[in-house]
Amino acid sequence: MTPELDEAPARLQARVPVARFRHLLAAEWIKLWSLRSTYWVLGVGALTVIGINVNSAVSNADRLAHQTPWSPDRPDFPDRSEFSFDPLTTAFVDPAWQMFMIITAAVGAIAVFGEYSSGLIRTTFAAVPDRQAVIAAKMTVVSAVMAALGMLVSGTSFAVTQMLLRDHGGLSLGDPGALRAVAAAALLAPLCALVGTAVGAVVRHAAGSVVTIVALLLLVPVLFQGERFRWVKEIGNAMPLSAWERLVTNPERAHDLGKYPLTVTEAWIVYGAWAGVAVTVAALVVRRRDV
Amino acid sequence: MPGRGPPRQRGRVIEATELTKRYGRTTAVDRLSFTVRPGVVTGFLGPNGAGKTSTLRMVLGLNQPSGGTVTVDGQPFGDRPRGLRHVGSLLDAHDVHGGCTARAHLRALAAGNGLPLRRVAEVLAEVGMADAAGRRIGGFSLGMKQRLGIAAALLGDPPVLLFDEPLNGLDPEGVRWLRNLFRQLADEGRTVLVSSHLMGEMQQTADELIVIGRGRLIAAESLREFAARGTQLRVSVRTPDAEILSGLLEGAGATVRLELDGAYTVTGLPADRIGELAFAHGVRLHELSPHAASLEESFMELTTQSVEYAAGAAR
Repeated sequence: MTPELDEAPARLQARVPVARFRHLLAAEWIKLWSLRSTYWVLGVGALTVIGINVNSAVSNADRLAHQTPWSPDRPDFPDRSEFSFDPLTTAFVDPAWQMFMIITAAVGAIAVFGEYSSGLIRTTFAAVPDRQAVIAAKMTVVSAVMAALGMLVSGTSFAVTQMLLRDHGGLSLGDPGALRAVAAAALLAPLCALVGTAVGAVVRHAAGSVVTIVALLLLVPVLFQGERFRWVKEIGNAMPLSAWERLVTNPERAHDLGKYPLTVTEAWIVYGAWAGVAVTVAALVVRRRDV
Repeated sequence: MPGRGPPRQRGRVIEATELTKRYGRTTAVDRLSFTVRPGVVTGFLGPNGAGKTSTLRMVLGLNQPSGGTVTVDGQPFGDRPRGLRHVGSLLDAHDVHGGCTARAHLRALAAGNGLPLRRVAEVLAEVGMADAAGRRIGGFSLGMKQRLGIAAALLGDPPVLLFDEPLNGLDPEGVRWLRNLFRQLADEGRTVLVSSHLMGEMQQTADELIVIGRGRLIAAESLREFAARGTQLRVSVRTPDAEILSGLLEGAGATVRLELDGAYTVTGLPADRIGELAFAHGVRLHELSPHAASLEESFMELTTQSVEYAAGAAR
């Protein structure tokens, strides 16, 4: 073997650093927080959801304070729990959380299509040719941040609304179903972020990604309803929104869940399956496509 | 101690073998083979649409070849887990996120490759952008974006550097700075590949040339050899006896073309032979002047047949 005779360029003396996943996490973390849009979307999103829920609690507390309580003299006002106020619903007002789903999914999608539409993806992949590791790091960072945000929004919503309703049956985390509801709502954020990331990786364009997200997360569960055809309802049941609705339902008030109800276990499986499919799809589509 | 030191121990060779890229029915790169060696600046020349960018993207593993292979240091670049310590590249200065600051952009790149973050300040200073580090890239001029892209390419102190049209948008001072940088990088033993569609740019920058047209290799040789092709003489002739002289010259194997200004351009015969022929047949000459073709001309000549988008070309 001939000795090494080439003149060595010497600026960076260190040896080639070992490729570690945490390096990619750091890179994605820097990228996420270097964009002003991240702060805006997360801040406005969180405040809006909490605001809507708090408003619901305040309104209900107000209404209940002026309502005649049940008495045996009022046979037209039966003492049946399905007709009485469910304080848990005020922490999980449907439209507020649907909006939250779209916001979190959009953050996930932006993290990917933002790179494609700007061209940054070429710089990224030229620096890190292991594309699957890049997308895995992106999904890890985005879903971790979203999990924190989800916990903040879900926990705050629950605590504030139940505190406001303390005179009208407000719940604590120890009550049946309360912790499950808070956890399911918190996890909705990272779940939707993962779905958004996968959609962004497949579609790679801003408008297309957002339309796909809204269709997938909001329209499909609403369209696949009714009890005439079981398969139609089952498709609807398999959507994240349906699973979330089931998981935040107060078990004390779960009277009529319909002909083809989703069980709590199935709802958790829906969560897990969507997360798994999102990660798999994203990892597959970035593998060999030209960028 | 081979196999242990950093990649800077020796410059690395880029080797393309029968490299082919088809987009639908268009063939952008057509069985292209070439070798880029360390220690010199290699110019990658071709008219617009010749396939330069497609080729560079395949080198970087961004695009998959339809056929053939391209390796850097004996290995497809796309197979490496991290890239910056092996190849630094600037493909398109716009391949950045405008909402990011210059510093954040470089920090993310450095972090992802496990490089020390002090490199960010070092390369920003090296490209003269230290003052703009905290500004958002969206507000940068093309020249500043080019400098940022060059900073990114230098981040990992790589033994191989690729630049696609890096001189675009730079002011004359920037062009001179960059030429010196290429020279310095090559002198340090690195492999430097610089693409351009302008021969004039390469004339003062490159040692070796790879010339392509319509995705095919036209020439791969040193700048000196390429320049020697241009020594084919064109002789400008003015004469009132054009018809007689044309017949004589074409009979002697030359090509005669009438120019717009009334002069004739003769190729294939040296000026002294033309003069002797004219004298022997009593043809009057008002001008007889030889011109050596410039490098730009020989480049044009070589690539004309392969120009993808000739202005006004009828189809």
